[in-house]
Amino acid sequence: MTAVATPKFEAANERKKSRRGFFLALPAYVYLSLFFALPLLSVVVYSFAKRTSTGGVALEEWNIDSYTKLGEPIVRDILLRSFTLAIITTVICLVLAYPFSYFLATRKASTRNIMLVFVMIPFWSNFLVRNYAWRVLLGNDGPVSRVTEGVGLGETTILFTPTAIVLGLVYGFLPFMILPLYAAVERMDWSLIEASRDLGATGMQTFRKITFPLSLPGVIAGSILVFIPSLGAYVTPQILGGGKKTMLGSYIVTQFLTARNWPVGAAVSTVLMVVMLGATMLYFRKGGRTL
Amino acid sequence: MAGNAKQLKGNTRWALGLNATLVYVFFYAPIALLILFSFSDDPLVGRWGGFTLDWYRAFGENEEVQSALGVSIRVAIMSTVVSVVLGTMAALALERYRFRGNKFFDALLYLPVIIPDVTMAVMMLLFFTIARNAASTIFGVDVSKGVWSVTVSHIAFSISFVSIVVRARIAGMSEKLEEAAQDLYASRWQAFRYVTLPLILPGIIGGGLLALTLSLDDVVITQFVAGPGSTTLPVYVFGLIRRGVSPLINAVSVVMLAASVLLVLLSLVAQRARGGDVT
Amino acid sequence: MGEEMHDQAGGPMTAAVDIQGVTKRFGDVVAVDNVDLEIADGEFFAMLGPSGCGKTTTLRMIAGLEFPTEGSLKIFGEEVGTLPPNLRPVNTVFQNYALFPHMNVLDNVSFGLRMQGKDKRESAHAAQEMLELVQLGGMAKRKPDQLSGGQQQRVALARALVNKPKVLLLDEPLGALDLKLRQDMQNELKSLQRELGVSFVFVTHDQEEALTMSDRIAVMHDGKLLQVGTAEELYDQPVNRFVADFIGQTNLIDATVFDADMIVLANGTKIRAPNPYPAGDKVAMSLRPESISIGHVDEVPEEFRATSLTGTVSDVIYLGHSHVYTVNVDWMPLEVRTNATPTSIKHEPGSEVAIWWDRRSDWVVPDEGHGA
Repeated sequence: MTAVATPKFEAANERKKSRRGFFLALPAYVYLSLFFALPLLSVVVYSFAKRTSTGGVALEEWNIDSYTKLGEPIVRDILLRSFTLAIITTVICLVLAYPFSYFLATRKASTRNIMLVFVMIPFWSNFLVRNYAWRVLLGNDGPVSRVTEGVGLGETTILFTPTAIVLGLVYGFLPFMILPLYAAVERMDWSLIEASRDLGATGMQTFRKITFPLSLPGVIAGSILVFIPSLGAYVTPQILGGGKKTMLGSYIVTQFLTARNWPVGAAVSTVLMVVMLGATMLYFRKGGRTL
Repeated sequence: MAGNAKQLKGNTRWALGLNATLVYVFFYAPIALLILFSFSDDPLVGRWGGFTLDWYRAFGENEEVQSALGVSIRVAIMSTVVSVVLGTMAALALERYRFRGNKFFDALLYLPVIIPDVTMAVMMLLFFTIARNAASTIFGVDVSKGVWSVTVSHIAFSISFVSIVVRARIAGMSEKLEEAAQDLYASRWQAFRYVTLPLILPGIIGGGLLALTLSLDDVVITQFVAGPGSTTLPVYVFGLIRRGVSPLINAVSVVMLAASVLLVLLSLVAQRARGGDVT
Repeated sequence: MGEEMHDQAGGPMTAAVDIQGVTKRFGDVVAVDNVDLEIADGEFFAMLGPSGCGKTTTLRMIAGLEFPTEGSLKIFGEEVGTLPPNLRPVNTVFQNYALFPHMNVLDNVSFGLRMQGKDKRESAHAAQEMLELVQLGGMAKRKPDQLSGGQQQRVALARALVNKPKVLLLDEPLGALDLKLRQDMQNELKSLQRELGVSFVFVTHDQEEALTMSDRIAVMHDGKLLQVGTAEELYDQPVNRFVADFIGQTNLIDATVFDADMIVLANGTKIRAPNPYPAGDKVAMSLRPESISIGHVDEVPEEFRATSLTGTVSDVIYLGHSHVYTVNVDWMPLEVRTNATPTSIKHEPGSEVAIWWDRRSDWVVPDEGHGA
């Protein structure tokens, strides 16, 4: 125990420390490997499987039929619609969240903390219920409709349309945009803005050349956090879109639960995951630290 | 910090303030109206017909709702306990040690947070189906989906959220404190027990409350991995909503929302707290 | 370095800390490079050097917070190289104190005793006594964040000392305090150390702090131990350029050895400077600004002829008690510091002057250890 130190001993000590960390991580490691990584892998494997005539799956016959099927008009439309709605959602969130976060960051600390808590509440609280609230509001003869009729705009009939879906998605995911954006703007060195103004830049120039580039990591993080779940949204299209115009999430579910075409469902899921991983890696590559 | 740049002027201030107000109205008006209508004595949802508690009474008397609530609570508690233990250990390992494969583990731990619900749902469905087939062909036993499969799935995503919250707490705690404890004759375990644990406890509690919230709120994943008799409250409500709106759903929704807001607030309070005393 | 220590009776005495051939590597980086060092019992010992020189790593190895890659580390004769910190009879005052924020002052101070299995009441009593000693008797129930920086510093001190360590380690203990408080604490630490008779080993990057407080000082640079000695030894007889430059202020003049008594400066001037180096060696002469006299060219006293130069004053700064001249000799500027008395003459910039010094006050060091 009290031997003279030697390189061999120190290496052994380092190994001991490393082992300790490894064993601490082990339970979660094993759990996630078994109940997350393995399921994830099976989805990828199944996407290359063949659907049998009975709706079963034959793993022996490898093929990429499920992926070629993504090019068919029906699926292509769904992909296109989902990407379009997800992009629109992300842009609207960005437009609303940017000035909001900027405003938030310029408040004094006590005000800011309270304002932040009121963003955190919708961030974490029940998504299903918050979407349901819009279903009630937008319903036939619902409050929104009555208001628009009252002011002479006529009945509001956006429920079960893509507009309602976007509304629900923005409502659901806006906090996901605000929080990283706020973090980025708040971290910013405000003296740089003063310096820019001091050097004769106008407010707009300062924003374009200083503020916006500095907040870019937040913009990217927020966009990813809104875009990914919007793309895979299932609850919102079901509740507010009435399941009429199918989006990716609903399509995957249909393939698994109703159509019993697991390989295609798995293929679409895999595409969704690849997009997600791509976006995340892009973010970390661009110097972002945490989502 | 630089004060002047933070001073918004005239029109900018007005526009930004207005935008912020509208965002808050957007966040909270629908919820407020939902709460209001849940007390409305009118069978047509979204119309005020005088005050009533009938719908909450119906909530209390509806056996299906009550049994779904029971399942929800059981699953939430079990998954929270397990994910708190595993998530905290993972957080400690990643923040305080370098070990082989820690980068990969870190990535694996992040994935459940960013993966879309639907993807995780089909993953788990596929997995449990394969597992069931394997179990029946190899061991001849039938492992149907049920409360256990819901719990297993919830743990899978909760571990990540717990570990993120706890990691933030550990990262904010100087390693010097643990060294000081050991320098003052504490064994490794004593240093953890008397210094590390009390200081990261708020993070653990915050993470646990978050896991509770996530478990109680999850619809998509649960819907896929629930078997007969393991329908949770959100899944049950989701089923009702798809058939149409009703005042009963309003009441159930408000209860669910209240529970999740309460848990979130508690979690935020816990995460902000200073380390607790452990005597 | 390595010289035998003897107690009053003249017999060999066990060193409080005995470091032999200790090296610490972090991956490819050598933080501490083959260091030999003995610290006597009851000594106030400083480890001095710029940041990243290995002094803190050395301290952490004594504490057991790092283990040496190679070498032997003994505390009172017992090999501790690989013993975990909780089994070593030493305690540490950490940089920024590392007080436990969730415990009150008393619990902080009694922590070490409790961990050693001492009874709760007994520990609390001893802790309270120690708090009285550092004049914080009334603060026992406060939390660390309710104390000022100076008070936190005393708590950290009490928390370590209450365990009666055989050696107290202090990592930049005064770094976080402002100047006035730092000076007070220097005196207090010194008298506390005398009172307790325990070895204090402290790490600092502040040479003035090291000079005023310590019995002996070890100067480290780039992981290597350059010199160990008293303040006077380091100041008057630095072993190389780095030490000469790092301790106090000095003029380092490049030269070549002529013989055992003379060196040749860059412009060919021969200067009397006794040295042990072989003729032709590149050396540097260290000349402290305050040991140089300045006067008119024809004023050089006869006995200082062999240790004088001429130059032009390029700048004068008046500091109240002294004048600081920058004198350009042929090839380099030298700093000269003279007492400013009412009778002293001020040499204006541009004036031709002579500078001279006693030959006992120049010091020749080998031309190594550049890059202070």
